Amino acid sequence: MTSFFNTTVGLPYGWAWFIATIVGILAIALPLMLAVAMIIYADRKIWAAMALRRGPNVIGPFGLLQSFADGLKVFLQETIIPSAANKGLFLIAPIITFTVALIVWAVVPFQAGVVLADINVGLLYVLAASSLGVYGIILAGWASNSKYPFYSALRAAAQMVSYEVAIGFILISVVLWSGTFNLSGIVMAQKGVLNTPINGFFLNPLLFPMAIMFLISSLAETQRAPFDLTEAESELVAGYQTEYSSMSFALYWLGEYANVILMCVLNATLFWGGWLPPLDWAPLYAVPGIIWLFAKMMFFFFVFSWIKATVPRYRYDQLMRLGWKIFLPVSLFWVFLVSGVLMWMRVGFGS
Amino acid sequence: MSVAQIIKSFTLWEFVKAHALTLRYFFKAKATINYPYERNPVSPRFRGEHALRRYPNGEERCIACKLCEAVCPAQAITIEAEPRDDGSRRTTRYDIDMTKCIYCGLCQEACPVDAIVEGPNYEYSTETREELIYDKSKLLDNGDRWERTLAANLAADAPYR
Repeated sequence: MTSFFNTTVGLPYGWAWFIATIVGILAIALPLMLAVAMIIYADRKIWAAMALRRGPNVIGPFGLLQSFADGLKVFLQETIIPSAANKGLFLIAPIITFTVALIVWAVVPFQAGVVLADINVGLLYVLAASSLGVYGIILAGWASNSKYPFYSALRAAAQMVSYEVAIGFILISVVLWSGTFNLSGIVMAQKGVLNTPINGFFLNPLLFPMAIMFLISSLAETQRAPFDLTEAESELVAGYQTEYSSMSFALYWLGEYANVILMCVLNATLFWGGWLPPLDWAPLYAVPGIIWLFAKMMFFFFVFSWIKATVPRYRYDQLMRLGWKIFLPVSLFWVFLVSGVLMWMRVGFGS
Repeated sequence: MSVAQIIKSFTLWEFVKAHALTLRYFFKAKATINYPYERNPVSPRFRGEHALRRYPNGEERCIACKLCEAVCPAQAITIEAEPRDDGSRRTTRYDIDMTKCIYCGLCQEACPVDAIVEGPNYEYSTETREELIYDKSKLLDNGDRWERTLAANLAADAPYR
């Protein structure tokens, strides 16, 4: 796109690059906002269907415009800032959460070559940026100067940090197997895994448990059921965003769901073949990769909602036990296992 | 933990079973009705919005005996009465504070002439509190609007009284 602005429009290279990047960001962020609105609707519908309810069905055809109506309602509300709150941090916290939820999308490959920033440490960038999300939550809880949001923020921070450790090891096994940190490279490494015509690391018996563990950890990372302790309404009022209203609340809402979509896309990209079609069969490549990625994302979102509709909430000590005593040792062991198998495959024991 | 238990927990067997169950429910028919477009049947004894009825000739039934006012446990009914020009005793004021009313139905039980009744209507939410303080004309209007249903409901329930 830079060359289009450089040669066709005739801008100097610096400007062409700048405008191309802005266009790229908008091309990702605006559809993402629309996707978030639709995904909130889908979440409510799936959840309702599994509880034998109907879900939103009044606003727009089949209730499709429900999220926009909710957004408008929230937009028209008054922004209430508690008098004892730290005003600056209180207002900046939702912005941090929302921004961090968006910036990770820079390295997500939507199709062969269609990625905003094709950096070769893409996965490290994902880890770094998603860890920053803790700041938005901790600041919200602390700056509200209210007890329950603060408890909730502490829980959220502890939970995200614990599961990020396990996620780190899970990702290392993926990186070891694909030999690259670049997300496009990881997707390409999943082509015809183990000489079968199926695309996706999930087929690899060594990586399949990691795929499941990553799915569960991503639930914990996005604070979805059964790990939604941070908004356990029987213990804490509503979570770290209790004191928020109006647009600052909406930013949390959007950021939360943008994170959920991101985790769905990461699940699809890292273990289930990303933008590759499910089968390594030439006619399937005629369908644009972004459609395959979107279909996989929708599937994982359905799984997320499905889990939310099915399981009860973990107790806090159970959550920590699962994170530190099961996921961490198992994923650590798996890193050794995967690297051992790779060593054996490449070098062999004898030589 | 036995080996079987360990295998069960590491294969997430219970979770898989639970998810199969919820997926079956996902495709089941919905239990909720589509409210504004579908409604549940309403019993003839349903105690909803109040109405003051009239005789077929247009004369109001209420004779201002104040039994309903006396029996009302929430003291929601206020009645003032005077003889009318033709000498018959009628109410000049008949107010029901719908925000106080507990919908017990004692007023319609007490009424000797079936004047005050609770109808089948339950959709009368308002935007202000004042609109819920019903006066006589509002109640008579309700009676005129719902008379056919009210008469049918009373007739349906009469054999059991």
